Amino acid sequence: MITLLVLLFGGLGASTRFVVDGSIRGRWARVFPLATVTINVTGSLLIGLLNGAHLFHGFGSPWFTAVTTGFCGGYTTFSTAMVETVRLVQAGERGVAVANALGTLVLCVAAASAGVGLMWLTGR
Amino acid sequence: MTTRPAHLTPSLILLVGLGGAAGTGARYALTSAVPPVDGGWPTATFVENLVGAFLLGLLLELLVRRGPESSGTRRLRLALGTGVLGGFTTFSTLAIEVERLGAAGHVGTGLAYGLVSVVLGFLAALLGVLAGARHHSWRAARLRLDPDVAGPVGPTAAGGVEEDAR
Repeated sequence: MITLLVLLFGGLGASTRFVVDGSIRGRWARVFPLATVTINVTGSLLIGLLNGAHLFHGFGSPWFTAVTTGFCGGYTTFSTAMVETVRLVQAGERGVAVANALGTLVLCVAAASAGVGLMWLTGR
Repeated sequence: MTTRPAHLTPSLILLVGLGGAAGTGARYALTSAVPPVDGGWPTATFVENLVGAFLLGLLLELLVRRGPESSGTRRLRLALGTGVLGGFTTFSTLAIEVERLGAAGHVGTGLAYGLVSVVLGFLAALLGVLAGARHHSWRAARLRLDPDVAGPVGPTAAGGVEEDAR
């Protein structure tokens, strides 16, 4: 049951990423990979909110695992972020590459923390 | 149909979803087999992300070096790259693991885990790209040396026939 939910939500997350990625790419012509950054930061905010709901509001399995491991995991992507960083280096955009890799990490951790914090505030 | 962008084509969205379900399932199985230890290094996510970054670099480089993308290679890229490997790797779990480590007082471990993931993830993707490029040039050299394997070589040979055969 829980495995099926994780698979289902993982597929849903990946499809959502594909649609969001294409929509942003269609409107953004610059070299900075804004689409992947947006996806990873919004997915991290969501996993933070869900973890906060789990910690402070009693939101539990199997839905918690399905939406965090499944949806958030399928929606966000580490591999694409890293390959895009390599492509930036290959294009001679070293500064943008470093900003992309470290910026994504900092923004994603900040977003996840903000999500947990928001749920903590509403749980008091 | 042909003018509709890929990300708005239902069959391709479904293809990415199927690949994503497979990749997420593999990640879930691996993470369940190697559960995270309280306050410890999140080994499962760490390994999944590095392996996925290497494989995506390899896959994309191999595909890009085949020349202009056909509808078949596009489906392969979307199913295996965007779907399976995108679903297998995760940035949100990495982020929440760093946050959880920090919240539990393991700030040093959390920072090290985040930074090492990104630095080694970059190197893994680079290694994948280089391996793909190397495989391609090796294969191209072998095909040039052995015309029986290669068939006609050069812009004038084969023409559109070989392209259609793919």
